[in-house]
Amino acid sequence: MSTFLARLRDRVTPVVGPVRLPVGAAGAVLVVAGSLTPWATFFFGYPGKVTLAGFPGGARLYPLLLAASAVLLIVDAPGRRRAGLAAATGVGVVVGWNVLAIAKEGGGFGAVAYGAWLALLGAAALGVAFRSLPADRPVPTRFDRLPAPVELAGIAVSMALLLVVVVVSLRIEESSRFVSFAAFVAFASAVLQRVGFFAWLQSVIERHHRITIAAAAVTAIAFPFTQQGSSYWLRVFASIGVFAAAAIGLNIVVGLAGLLDLGYIAFFGVGVYVGALMGSASRTTYQGEWPFFVVLIVAAAVAAVFGVVIGAPTLRLRGDYLAIVTLGFGEIFRIAANNLDWLTRGPNGIAGVPDLAVGGFNFGDTHEVFGFSLPGFANYYFVELLLVAAAIVIFTRLNDSRVGRAWVAIREDETAAAAMGINTFRMKLLAFAIGAFLAGAAGSVNAHVAASVAPDSFTFLESILLLAAVVLGGMGTVPGALLGSAALFILPEKLRAFQDIRLLMFGVALVLMMRFRPEGIVPSRRRQRELHQEGGAAGAMSAPPSAPVAGGAA
Amino acid sequence: MGAMLQVEDLRVAYGQIEAVKGVSFSVSAGQVVTLIGGNGAGKTTTLRTLSGLLRPVSGRVVFEGEDISSVPAHEIVRRGIAHSPEGRRIFPRLSVRENLELGAFIRRDPDGVKADLERVYELFGVLRERAGQAAGTLSGGEQQMLAMGRALMSRPRLLMLDEPSMGLSPIMMQRILATVSELKDQGTTILLVEQNAQAALSLADEAYVIETGRIVLSGTGRDLLANDEVRKAYLGED
Repeated sequence: MSTFLARLRDRVTPVVGPVRLPVGAAGAVLVVAGSLTPWATFFFGYPGKVTLAGFPGGARLYPLLLAASAVLLIVDAPGRRRAGLAAATGVGVVVGWNVLAIAKEGGGFGAVAYGAWLALLGAAALGVAFRSLPADRPVPTRFDRLPAPVELAGIAVSMALLLVVVVVSLRIEESSRFVSFAAFVAFASAVLQRVGFFAWLQSVIERHHRITIAAAAVTAIAFPFTQQGSSYWLRVFASIGVFAAAAIGLNIVVGLAGLLDLGYIAFFGVGVYVGALMGSASRTTYQGEWPFFVVLIVAAAVAAVFGVVIGAPTLRLRGDYLAIVTLGFGEIFRIAANNLDWLTRGPNGIAGVPDLAVGGFNFGDTHEVFGFSLPGFANYYFVELLLVAAAIVIFTRLNDSRVGRAWVAIREDETAAAAMGINTFRMKLLAFAIGAFLAGAAGSVNAHVAASVAPDSFTFLESILLLAAVVLGGMGTVPGALLGSAALFILPEKLRAFQDIRLLMFGVALVLMMRFRPEGIVPSRRRQRELHQEGGAAGAMSAPPSAPVAGGAA
Repeated sequence: MGAMLQVEDLRVAYGQIEAVKGVSFSVSAGQVVTLIGGNGAGKTTTLRTLSGLLRPVSGRVVFEGEDISSVPAHEIVRRGIAHSPEGRRIFPRLSVRENLELGAFIRRDPDGVKADLERVYELFGVLRERAGQAAGTLSGGEQQMLAMGRALMSRPRLLMLDEPSMGLSPIMMQRILATVSELKDQGTTILLVEQNAQAALSLADEAYVIETGRIVLSGTGRDLLANDEVRKAYLGED
């Protein structure tokens, strides 16, 4: 089958060469036409009014936008061949997905209307046209300075686009439409990546580092004031914030120190329980009333102690063994919480955790600030913002420090790191403790946001999802952890219609990610170098088997 | 004056298998001492034990008057011993410069580190050219230079080199060994483990021949070069 396709391709490509432009133009016109004509023959509740003609409703908008890449047939940009192929594939995937979904829900392919077939045909024509282009010039790695306003506008527009993507993906209710949108975002990003847009953006952001951070901070702080008293978005972002702070902590353990921790959620759980117990819950075993700041510190410290207690015996192990043991500890935590009735009330959990109150200021109430009305969740949003900001500062300061360099060395080659004078055991323990500290802090806030806590919230799956957020976003980077957490929060919500196969789809997404972008959405420079340097690096030096290393780290 | 490094009746085992069965030798300040011997003789095991990566079963390792046989690896560097290990073990995905900086991890004198970085670049010009390049992309010889440079960055009083010429082209081997002799001229104390006996012996002040975990012969480099048994076994003459 695939050899047949390859032979067909080899035959078609030279024929298309001379008539590339007409073929490509025809493809683009077909996609546009397909986007404006019906995809379903009769109405049966499929989202996006796809039975109507004359406008690109529902998922039909995405092929239309991707078809704009056809201009690359005329513009001689570096990387245009592969970018065009990504766009054509994107059209194919989006339309193909909808064809399947419509056929399934509408009771057969008879439910699929001609618009979808036109668009598919157009995608094929576009693909053939782009394939006949000569091989790409490589995308430059260095970029000339543009006038500062242009560069800043580039950053602003990109951040706005990112925000639009997040907001739109939160707005979309229907799962099928969400899959279309996700595919569209993935392929549109691939197009931008392949023509070098992201590389340019990265260099520009590095040049305007401070301004970018300041702008992000101002936007984040201003956000609640734009909500006119509605708490929907604030609740969403406050929840993402909890995961983000924990994910940054996990990113220290996994991304910086290179330790695979499969039981990380336990530290978060410790923080939640401490926060609930000390936060004067109504149905609890111990009703403490402590100032929140104290609770936060105690929760983080207790989690860090757990990190050290669990880390001390396990961190002498390496790689796979560490993963297995941490997995075991995560489960032990959950089962212990289920059974220590005198402390955790077992499976009933601790409930009725009141809203935070600091010195008469109740976080649950609506407050008036500068004439703006801020609902309760705005207060939590600000707390999360502070927490995430603190986590980011800790992460970046560590990354740039001596400790950060020691972690890099340990990740690369633990034995060689010890030979450099790095106390590998102590450094790994430090990573574990700091990661647990951040998870505990995030957990204590979450106790108030969620108002109750039960052992079932801390399953192995939660650890895996948190880990997936880090890997998906990009190991060792802060924006990666933030984006990954957002995705982690959004995906399960949006794929609700596929309840039974939701995890399967999540898995498929991860596999595709590992195949096509193993360094994550926002890669660290170093990891990019690690993963996209064929030959040379990895294979050149085969490490000698690390025979007995008994004395090594002790 | 006593020796800088004194190894006394050292025994090292991997589980039940004893790899080093009572080895004694000494290194004095400013000397180049070499351990030669065939595959599996126990040379690398000896070095790994000295640098704290393995624990001896019995015996003593005395460095500058202190027993260091149970000091962990990361402390050994601080005592003044640097190890350029077998197979080089550079950090392949870090840049050449980052590798060298990690070599100076224990030091807290940025100016001195900078000066030593310059010194290493003087010694190995290639490393300066490739400072920003991922270390894994270097050729074998260049990686060996990097491993030696990295070891020097801790400003050691004793430099241990494990098979610096292994797997290199004859020309590269010459260059590496020339550098070893240059370091010797600068007064660096070196413990050299080599399979290339000819080159090692002509460099060495003192030499020891190890066979199956025991020292079978010792003397000055020149003596051993002239020794019939050594010539037969290690220099390939009849």
